[in-house]
This record gives sequence, structure tokens and C-alpha cells, in this order.
Amino acid sequence: MLASQFGNEIEEIKISSDMPVIHVQKDRIPEVLLFLRDTPELQYNFLTTLCGMHYPETSRLGVVYHLHSFVNNHRIRIKTVLSIEHPFLPTITTIWPSANWMERETYDFYGIIFEGHPNLKRILNVDEMTDFPLRKEFPLEDQTREDKDDSMFGR
Amino acid sequence: MSDKQISTPTIAETPEGIAGQGYFATSFEKAVGLARKNSLWPLPFATSCCGIEFMATMASHYDLARFGSERLSFSPRQSDLLMVMGTVAKKMGPVLREVYIQMAEPKWVIAVGACASSGGVFDTYSVLQGIDRVIPVDVYVPGCPPRPEQIIDGILKIQELAGNESLRRRNSIPYDELMKKYNIE
Repeated sequence: MLASQFGNEIEEIKISSDMPVIHVQKDRIPEVLLFLRDTPELQYNFLTTLCGMHYPETSRLGVVYHLHSFVNNHRIRIKTVLSIEHPFLPTITTIWPSANWMERETYDFYGIIFEGHPNLKRILNVDEMTDFPLRKEFPLEDQTREDKDDSMFGR
Repeated sequence: MSDKQISTPTIAETPEGIAGQGYFATSFEKAVGLARKNSLWPLPFATSCCGIEFMATMASHYDLARFGSERLSFSPRQSDLLMVMGTVAKKMGPVLREVYIQMAEPKWVIAVGACASSGGVFDTYSVLQGIDRVIPVDVYVPGCPPRPEQIIDGILKIQELAGNESLRRRNSIPYDELMKKYNIE
């Protein structure tokens, strides 16, 4: 099903599970996505979602993009990995404007910085927050409560 | 036509006072308290599921308007009772505080539901663990969500507070200290 007409071979392709998954180097993301959107045979014209991932064992962050082609009724997943010390990635708001808020959410929760984003600031959390809540080391419970008795909660 | 008895409407209890031919004398506080408690106009600050239960409470089956809360207003300047119903996020905290500050005295606050009282099941980074972290609360109604009967019970308790409140309470020192605790004016 995959039209394997990738003009730019400068990426790693791994195909698995329910939809094709492509692992791309982070700097080539805008080119690859633009290619996927504009090639007449592929036409992945809808960005379903983009969100972040965190792999603490290898201290990496990642971003996953899901694209959907209305014309061919086909979905595809593109993943990239970034290191935690240097989580910078080019933005794709020039390709799909809907990525604007999705990238802000990814920044808010994982700390991934999108270069070239017109308005990269926190979207769902309080603006003064300094931490990134969806990283694995962030505690689940609100830390400002002092009245929860551990013996009652089975800990 | 059914032959059910049409009950006579109940009139609010008269406070103790001296009655005579064409006059009734009571203390000013009691008269004002009576008027205030039977005409509390709420501001429904409904955020989530408890707001739906409130809608049921205002509807005909559990009618809250029976108790004087006939006119709801979403403008804080025109309401007496701030009913916070539902989960309040930390980002919403300052907004809630602004709404409370804009209300004119005398004002009462009722926290309906577990989320408004203490954060409820949502002990996380984004949920305010109880609105009493940002505004002073008079009555808490626990429940997830509380039944309409419980919400009405909460309103009746506010009515008790409003009816028995001293006229000087809002200008008194303990009240000022309470407001200072919340950094209000």
C-alpha cells in the first residue's frame, strides 16, 4: 500500500504494526512532511495529531506525527527522537497551521522547543509553571497537599 | 379535576417581635436577615458535572426558586451567592478570585461537590485542591455529585447564616483578617 516513492532517502524507515511507521532524523522533518503532503500519489493532507514522548531509560524525548490521507484513506506515523539536553526541532506550522497549538501543548508538557514557532508558550498549564508535567519523573499527585495521611492510602 | 387538597402557600417565619393592630416591631437585624435570606440571588459558577446537578436543582422537579433564588445572574455585581460547582483548575483560580472580588457585600460562597471543596478525585498538578485556597467559603456540600436535595440543604444552611448574620459582621476585625488571609483588598 505504501507508494515507496521516497525521493529523499536520507532517513531510516521501519514498518510495523497497524500503520506504517517511519523514523526520521529530526532536521529532515519539515521536508519529509511537506513531501508526504504534496506528492500527488501520496497526498497525506491531514495532520491528525502531533505529540511528545519521553523515554527515560535512554534519556530521550520524541515527537510523533500522525498523518491521514483523505484521498487514499491511508494513515501513516512519523517519529523522531531528540536528546533531553538538546530538545530542539523545526516547527511544521508553515505546512499545517493546526500544528501551532499542538506544538505548544508538546512544549508545555515535555519541554520540546520548536524552532521557528510563532508563539511558543504554555497553553494548558499555568504560565508561571517551571516544570514539564508529562515527563516520566514528574509526580502524579499535587505536591502542595499536606493533609493526605499515607497510612490511609495504603502506602 | 383531581380532588387533591390545594395547599396554602407557606409564608416565611416571622421573627420574634411585638405585633399589634397594623404594626409589627422587631429588631432591624432580624428584619434585614429575613429579607436577605429569602432572596439570595445566586451566581452559578458551574464548571463541570456538579453544574449539571445544579441545572436539575433549578428545574421544576427540585425547584430551587421556591427558596427565593429565582433570578440567577452571571454578573457578579448583581448576585449575592457565589455557587462554585465543579472542578476548578489552577489556571482558573485567579479568574474565580476576580469574580469573588467583584461581588458586592454581603456575599456568600457555597462550594458544591467534592472537587470544589477539596479537589475531589483529581489530586494532580492541574487541579486546584479546593477553592478555599483562593476564596473564603461559607458552606461546603460534599458529594460527587451531590443530589439536588443535598444542594438544597446547602442553600438552606446559607439561608441560616444569612438570616442570623450580624449587621456589623462585614466591617468587623475578624472579617478583615479573613480577607487579609486571602490577600483580598
